[in-house]
Amino acid sequence: MRRLFLSSLSWTYLVGAYAFIFLPVVVLVLFSFQDGRLPVPPFNGFSKQWYEAVFADRKLMAALGNSLLVALASSIVACLLGFLAAYGLARYRLPASALQRGLLIAPMTVSYLIIALGLLAVLNALNVPLSLMTVGIGHVVINLPLCFAIIYASMGDHHINIERAARDLGANDFKVMVLVTAPMLMPSILAAFFLSVTFSWDEFIIAFLLSRFDVTLPVEIWSMLRSGLNPKTNAVGSLVFLVSVALLLILELFLFGRTRKQ
Amino acid sequence: MTVITLEDVDRRRAWGFVAPALLWIIAFFVAPFVFMAAMSLWKREGREIVRVWSLDNYLRFFSESAFLKGLTNSVEITLTVTVLSVLLAYPLAWIIAERVPRRFQRMALILAILPFWTSYVVRSYSWLLVLSKNGVINQALMGLGVVAEPIEIASTRSATVLGFVHFFVMLLTLTIYSNLIQLSPNYRRAAADLGANAFQTFWHVVLPLTLPGIMTGAFLTFVLCIGDYVTPQILGGNNELVLPQIIMLQLGRRADFPMAAALSIILMLVVTLAYVLCARWLKIERA
Repeated sequence: MRRLFLSSLSWTYLVGAYAFIFLPVVVLVLFSFQDGRLPVPPFNGFSKQWYEAVFADRKLMAALGNSLLVALASSIVACLLGFLAAYGLARYRLPASALQRGLLIAPMTVSYLIIALGLLAVLNALNVPLSLMTVGIGHVVINLPLCFAIIYASMGDHHINIERAARDLGANDFKVMVLVTAPMLMPSILAAFFLSVTFSWDEFIIAFLLSRFDVTLPVEIWSMLRSGLNPKTNAVGSLVFLVSVALLLILELFLFGRTRKQ
Repeated sequence: MTVITLEDVDRRRAWGFVAPALLWIIAFFVAPFVFMAAMSLWKREGREIVRVWSLDNYLRFFSESAFLKGLTNSVEITLTVTVLSVLLAYPLAWIIAERVPRRFQRMALILAILPFWTSYVVRSYSWLLVLSKNGVINQALMGLGVVAEPIEIASTRSATVLGFVHFFVMLLTLTIYSNLIQLSPNYRRAAADLGANAFQTFWHVVLPLTLPGIMTGAFLTFVLCIGDYVTPQILGGNNELVLPQIIMLQLGRRADFPMAAALSIILMLVVTLAYVLCARWLKIERA
């Protein structure tokens, strides 16, 4: 009897928690199809008009392109620098390597707002104009620690012998890295890359403070919020959610799924 | 003549690998931070930033109630959010780890953190749809006849806390779940052998063993929450400003960069203090 009570309590809690977690998303997506001007109850019926409005909006589409560009470029740079640093620190004995590792992950412990402010102060002082480039630089700062940590953690010592074998067979350092180490670490490199892309793609405060005329999607959505509740904002939000979930699915199916089987 | 050993060559090459990443962090993170710290000791006069060293910005912080209120708002909201999120996330993680059949656990977990991947700005906006005067909750309450007039939920501290808790419950469920699942079942078996009932086993064995994980998650929540501008700005409105909102105000209307820098340093000191206070429980995992 008591067992039954406890188990039904657990399931009630589970259902309640999921309801709380999904409530805003369900409301967001449902009212993106609202046939009317206000994304609040009552629901008047299905309409695609707000999605059409989104795709017809030149500013939004430009912001979307900017976001993709910044996310891809900054993630490639972050992954590349992170991989090189992880390789150097895991395979060679360097002085003060603990300090170097600490320095490389330090930005993780500081608020994005403060990172953005510091960069903004320096860029202003040097009279560097704000652009997508400056946003990208900021995004590399926040994603490099992540990429480094993920790739460094997966550089096990058991890989060393394979690399030695390659060297014995006459491969130089560059060849070992590109043809042996990188392929062995591909799952974690890709995981780091996709995580960076999702973080950069969704990042607001750095993109907001370090951009000027060309803005990224979150910044454009932010300026849409000034017009209050609007089904068009729901439609953009639902689309962004869809893209993020798609990225997550790729990660889950092709990377984590594969490493689990091994 | 100096002899170049193989080790020297190796070391030089290794520097070549690490240097680009280090230089990037130093140029775009360390240097800007040092510059900002220096700037917090300068002053704004009219439209110009004057490079005279003084503690004026920090003295202003402690003498103007608006700034101090921002700090206390920030700390109060962040502590409330951290405690509530842990209290709500722990049972959820526990149920997923203990009650949900093993082959559905991964799916249950992915579902529990799926809305995590909505855009950050959009997530707060979604809560606005739920909480606003003609939003879902008010219409439901009025439909049920609970209230006659819509109640004000958006633009209050509660709305900010709710928005934050929603986000961090997902994050903490993930960290606490991974902690619970790593516990060897032998601990529980030993406790049961020694005569402990389910509650005693949980209270004296499972909970203490997961405490480091809880503290790590709680610290992460604290850091992310106290530095966030978006959620308080969208959900809390302009009634009770938190520190990041005040920092952004310095940048915008007042163009007072030195004051914004000083406030940022204070924000960082608060985070450092939090770190020192819970450092002994934090177990940052190393490779």
